[in-house]
Amino acid sequence: MNREDFPILQQNIVYFDNAATTLKPKKVIDSMDEYYLRHTSNIHRGDYNFAIQTNKLYDHVRNIVSKFVNCDSSEVIYTSGATMSINMVVFGYMKNHLKKGNEILISKAEHASNILPWMKLCEEVGTILKYVPLNENYELTLDSIKKCVTSKTRVISLAHVTNVLGDVRDIQAIGEFARENNILFHVDGAQSVPHMPVDFKKSCIDFLSFSGHKMCGPTGVGILVGRYDLLTEMDPVFYGGGMNSSFESDLTYELKAVPVKFEAGTPPIAEVIGLGEAINYLMKIGMDKIHDYEVKLKKYLISKLKDIPNLILYNEDMNSGILAFNIDGVFAQDTSVYLNHYNICVRAGNHCAKLLKDAMNIRNTVRVSMYFYNNYEDIDRFVDALKNSKDIFNVVL
Amino acid sequence: MDSNMRREIILDNYQEPVNRGLIGDESYLKVNTNSESCIDNLDFMVKIEDNVIKDIRFDGEACAISTSATSIMIQKLIGKTVDEVKNILENYRNMIYEKSYDKELLGELVVYDEISKQPNRVNCALLPAVAVERILEKLK
Ligand SMILES: Cc1ncc(COP(=O)(O)O)c(C=O)c1O
Repeated sequence: MNREDFPILQQNIVYFDNAATTLKPKKVIDSMDEYYLRHTSNIHRGDYNFAIQTNKLYDHVRNIVSKFVNCDSSEVIYTSGATMSINMVVFGYMKNHLKKGNEILISKAEHASNILPWMKLCEEVGTILKYVPLNENYELTLDSIKKCVTSKTRVISLAHVTNVLGDVRDIQAIGEFARENNILFHVDGAQSVPHMPVDFKKSCIDFLSFSGHKMCGPTGVGILVGRYDLLTEMDPVFYGGGMNSSFESDLTYELKAVPVKFEAGTPPIAEVIGLGEAINYLMKIGMDKIHDYEVKLKKYLISKLKDIPNLILYNEDMNSGILAFNIDGVFAQDTSVYLNHYNICVRAGNHCAKLLKDAMNIRNTVRVSMYFYNNYEDIDRFVDALKNSKDIFNVVL
Repeated sequence: MDSNMRREIILDNYQEPVNRGLIGDESYLKVNTNSESCIDNLDFMVKIEDNVIKDIRFDGEACAISTSATSIMIQKLIGKTVDEVKNILENYRNMIYEKSYDKELLGELVVYDEISKQPNRVNCALLPAVAVERILEKLK
């Protein structure tokens, strides 16, 4: 779908690395160019026309986000990406609200950014990190969460969609369960918000993190959505200009209201504007439509791969555009180097999910991750390349 | 070297590398190479006695280039003195980076003499060199 919107696709590539970052439509790039070419200016308190225009565009993106994930615009914080969003939750909120012995539930399939901040918190505060076991298909169910919950469980923090296997967690059910039990629920939406509808309020989410660059937006910008009452109790991680209303030499200071108090310093203005444009673009296509199409692509891919011997597929059944695989006896990176010879872009490695090896017994995989601008022809090219893979070493060596 | 020959040497050493598998012997020096730019992850253990490399063993997961380079490197270095090893590694690096080097000294390692044409594989070829250099650092 919509391939013509992406200038980069005029080059002869098959781009299958969308879980790492996505391509950008011309509209998004233009919106940022416009800022740089026609109305460059800082936000906050500008009295000239450029600044007023910039401020308006910048502020309006909160409304766009709020419509996109169903939250209030005062609950939308601009960050540098999902990683910063999660760190703000952990060190701005959890650090001041959790105590020694409180338990945090995550899984071993999480991305580093949803594990390491929690590890650091445990080191600092004495909280306990518990891993909800994955089932034989490496999935995580509400039942297995329930088995891990104790009277000390204070937080559940999970990716909605994981980045190696693309399994989709039932965040609606988990969110309702968490709220009933007074457990805070953080959702890492880095791999879901770009690909399917996500409803902050309906799914009883307390904090939601995601990145702009994985959803047709620019790098350097992301979002943290937080429940308003929680945000009023959250501390900023950064202090400086733009977020204070006053400060005096006697160490007294006053901060601005939520969400601006979390945004110290000059933010990535062009990128926020670009992200707003990207979200409008995605909403126009329709998130349901994007998700359905990606699932169809995946089904087609799996059906085509059935004819190829020596392939190991790790997540055939998962309902997203991600496929993890290996060619039997070939190291993942050799496969990705091989595919590069056919101008096919995939990623090999542990994909920042270094604990997943404990659950899967395999450290490295090749990952195909698709988006709405991929098509059946991309898949055919990929499958054809794999068909020739018996001479992989003639190509890569 | 013709490219079939080159490929055969690399493939042999990838599919059946020498000295794969670590042993529990405290007299060896150990390092892990977990390079930032690639996903290779190999453990090395080296036994040095009287300034001579007596044994090198390795294990882990790595691509065809790093694994084969490790295997060829191990065969080249065992039995050499520390100074000889340093000299070989220096020449090996020079070859990888397309500077002048002593071909005689490197033997089969010259199969990687064109690796700079594939910039994303340079670190793979260098991996065993980095590992051994880090072991030698520990001697100081
Ligand atoms: C599931 C998941 N969470 C978090 C992140 C971190 O995103 P970023 O690097 O944009 O901060 C990623 C990125 O790969 C991811 O896949």
